[in-house]
Amino acid sequence: MQRKSLDVWVGLFVVFGVAALMFLALKAGNSGTFSLAKTYEITAKFDNIGSLRPQAAVKASGVVVGRVARIAFDDKSYKAAVTLEMDATYKFPKDSSAKILTAGLLGEQYVGIEAGGDENNLAQGDKIARTQSAAVLEDLINQFIYSKAAEGKDSN
Amino acid sequence: MIGRRVLAGVGNTVRDYVESVGYATRTFFTMIGLSPGMMRRPRLVIEQLHFIGNYSLLIITLSGLFVGMVLGLQGYYTLSKYGASESLGLLVALGLTRELGPVITGLLFAGRAGTSLTAEIGLMKAGEQLSAMEMMAVNPIQRVLAPRFWAGVIAVPLLASIFSAVGIFGGYLVGVGLIGVDAGAFWSQMQSGVDLWKDVFNGFVKSVVFGIAITFISLYQGYETRPTPEDVAGATTRTVVVSSLMIWWLDFMLTALMFSK
Repeated sequence: MQRKSLDVWVGLFVVFGVAALMFLALKAGNSGTFSLAKTYEITAKFDNIGSLRPQAAVKASGVVVGRVARIAFDDKSYKAAVTLEMDATYKFPKDSSAKILTAGLLGEQYVGIEAGGDENNLAQGDKIARTQSAAVLEDLINQFIYSKAAEGKDSN
Repeated sequence: MIGRRVLAGVGNTVRDYVESVGYATRTFFTMIGLSPGMMRRPRLVIEQLHFIGNYSLLIITLSGLFVGMVLGLQGYYTLSKYGASESLGLLVALGLTRELGPVITGLLFAGRAGTSLTAEIGLMKAGEQLSAMEMMAVNPIQRVLAPRFWAGVIAVPLLASIFSAVGIFGGYLVGVGLIGVDAGAFWSQMQSGVDLWKDVFNGFVKSVVFGIAITFISLYQGYETRPTPEDVAGATTRTVVVSSLMIWWLDFMLTALMFSK
């Protein structure tokens, strides 16, 4: 009898612990990174990726359609080669373009896909030709300062 | 002459210290090596799991709830300054799963269960029960230390998970229930920001490492205590001090390894 009640208490403890872990994994964490859905990989080259990281979202019209799989540096074109893992349920025309955007004012960076008009769709291993780099704050400030300086010269 | 004596003293202390580290390592591996034999009697581990897991449940759950509530309150005041109070869920969940869950559980476990393990084994030694076992050809490392060790290694990650989960619930109670942050934003921000592998799994790995460290330190302190009342008391104190310092050091090392890119 003593043994049985002990088993019940230990069992309860283990069940609580495992339930808490499941809660953390499924409810608190984005179990989206652990998906068994079929994917296809496409690559895009950017002049500057800013602070884009692997696992960042790939969005089209605000909907997550894939994730950034790898980021490498291509020493032939001197550009950043970003491999995108796209959800196989979503197809995009071959002439689609990719941009690096920022969520909110100071938020995480993600890749935005804008669909083109080609009749053929992007498939495994394809490249996105038209890309737009991340907006780098320093560049924007420099541009602003130069344009202000140029304005000052013109008025003199 | 005094200089030489001081030098010899320092040398002796260093030698003793290195020797005790070596002895502790040997004991650790002896215990691991004897564990498969102990597994033939799983009842021993179950009993210890009840003793150190279930009895720590209350303090862990209550502490988790209050830590989560405080995080919710403090986080809200800071985040609302930047108009980002919707990120409260993310802040609470990240803080708990990555750091506070494993670390505070480790510290509480060292105080609640670690000390009782040290005192129990220290008193067994003082009562010459361990020598009696050796007389009967029962290895005390296999019969006494190994089951307690594995129970601790199983219990700490479970307790840390409970701590984090209850803490998130505490943050929800304060943030959504008391202050009025939007419940949908609380969960969605949390889910978009907390990564299953990077945050939840690494936090779990941390708690496993803490479990191994604290339980072994507690057992070793008890096993190595001199059989006098003062030294048993001293050993329980050492358990808390050494375990706590070890937790902070390991936490720093693991965080640097896991979360730096």
